[in-house]
Amino acid sequence: MSKILEGLYYSNDHEWVKVLEDDVVLIGITDFAQSELGDVVFVDLPEEGDELVQGEEFGAVESVKAASDLLAPVSGEIIEVNEDLVGEPEKVNQEPYEAWFLKVKLNDPKELDKLLDHKAYKEEISE
Amino acid sequence: MENLKVTPLYEEHLKLNAKMVDFAGFHMPISYTSIKDEHEAIRNNVGMFDVSHMGEILVIGKDSEKYIEFIFTNKVNELKNGEINYGMMLNKNGTVVDDLLVYKISDESFLLVVNASNIAKDYTHIVEQTNGFDVLVKNMSEDYAEIAVQGPKTEVKIKEALDIDLSDLKFFNFKEYTFNDHDLIISRTGYTGEDGFEIYGDHSIIVEIWKILVDNNVTPCGLGSRDTLRFEANLPLYGHEISDEITPIEAGLKYFVKIDSEVDFLGKDALLDQIENSLTRRVVGLELNKQAIPREGYKVFKNDKEIGYITTGYLSISTGKPIALAMINRPFTKKGTEVSVQIRNKMIPGFIRNKKFLKETK
Repeated sequence: MSKILEGLYYSNDHEWVKVLEDDVVLIGITDFAQSELGDVVFVDLPEEGDELVQGEEFGAVESVKAASDLLAPVSGEIIEVNEDLVGEPEKVNQEPYEAWFLKVKLNDPKELDKLLDHKAYKEEISE
Repeated sequence: MENLKVTPLYEEHLKLNAKMVDFAGFHMPISYTSIKDEHEAIRNNVGMFDVSHMGEILVIGKDSEKYIEFIFTNKVNELKNGEINYGMMLNKNGTVVDDLLVYKISDESFLLVVNASNIAKDYTHIVEQTNGFDVLVKNMSEDYAEIAVQGPKTEVKIKEALDIDLSDLKFFNFKEYTFNDHDLIISRTGYTGEDGFEIYGDHSIIVEIWKILVDNNVTPCGLGSRDTLRFEANLPLYGHEISDEITPIEAGLKYFVKIDSEVDFLGKDALLDQIENSLTRRVVGLELNKQAIPREGYKVFKNDKEIGYITTGYLSISTGKPIALAMINRPFTKKGTEVSVQIRNKMIPGFIRNKKFLKETK
């Protein structure tokens, strides 16, 4: 059974969003996503200062076998990239909710309403 | 499962919680725990694959040797009984029908081991070429199950677990054995770049051997690690480095073609012509200068000009490097040529290199 945390927002593309302050969030991929992918060997991320647009591709997470596109769950400016994942991409498998990819300053916090809560996400992946 | 076939080991795969995929019409395990762990088990210790989906085609009759010589790119007349050769079957235009192992049982009996995805096509091709030869062709694929036990500790492990002594079986040789009153064929062959054996037998004995080996801590390995292992060892995979649109010369497999011998074989004229006049591209090694993964199908560029594509590529588990096999237009096939690979929307710089990926691990 995949782990799902309460208090996070989730996208249909299996990303989680954690609100740190009103308009600052962390983004990562869910336990379900990492287990579907298998051994993560590389995370291809944009740079600090780049803009995310909700629903648009911003990078990829790559397992041994395949590259899987990352779609932005929110829009905003990237204020920090988790550089630890460069040397330790396996953290994504080991601690999917600790191994955040990007810290983002939201353009519009209302966009969060378009995401799923933990209950809705649980239904989403049990279908 | 719409018409998907399963191997006799299917139930064992489910018991081991394998992640299953569709491959060549079969429901096969891609991995049991992790591709990386399975890969490393075989590089450093011992692991095994269910390869029961592979095809086995028996050719018997007075003209068998002469006939195989005609359809197979590698030498047959130098083989002794109990020896194996790797090579390809070609179309008249020199492109590859399939790559295969030929087991010489006797002058009048040969076993051909072919790719699962090509069994039907191969059988048709083989039968079509028998005109004028006194041979009989039998597709035995449903009768044989097969496992490949691979890794540096395989010989010791098989002695320990099955009490079969394989120490005098040489590389690319095979012998018949019996185990619990069942006949087996065991060959010292594989598809990983490591020492190891392939075991053929009837369905029930192969299931029994698989279970014994699992109980003796041989790591079950899926198609995922089978591909990462064969790739690092620069072993071609049909549909990638070779296909019915690619010749052995283009694939860099001339070593397995008796092009300089007197013997005539199907496709030879086309290959001679290609070598003389029209070799425009070749499979080469490629490495990226920065962390990224050059995957199958990605385009390769020189400046702004497209010059080829990746046939197989990984972030190598054994070396940690982003490496690939790529089909590249000449003259950009020269080692050291700077190229770039388009990965999503970025151009990642890299260079053409040798294909000895494993030589630099230690």
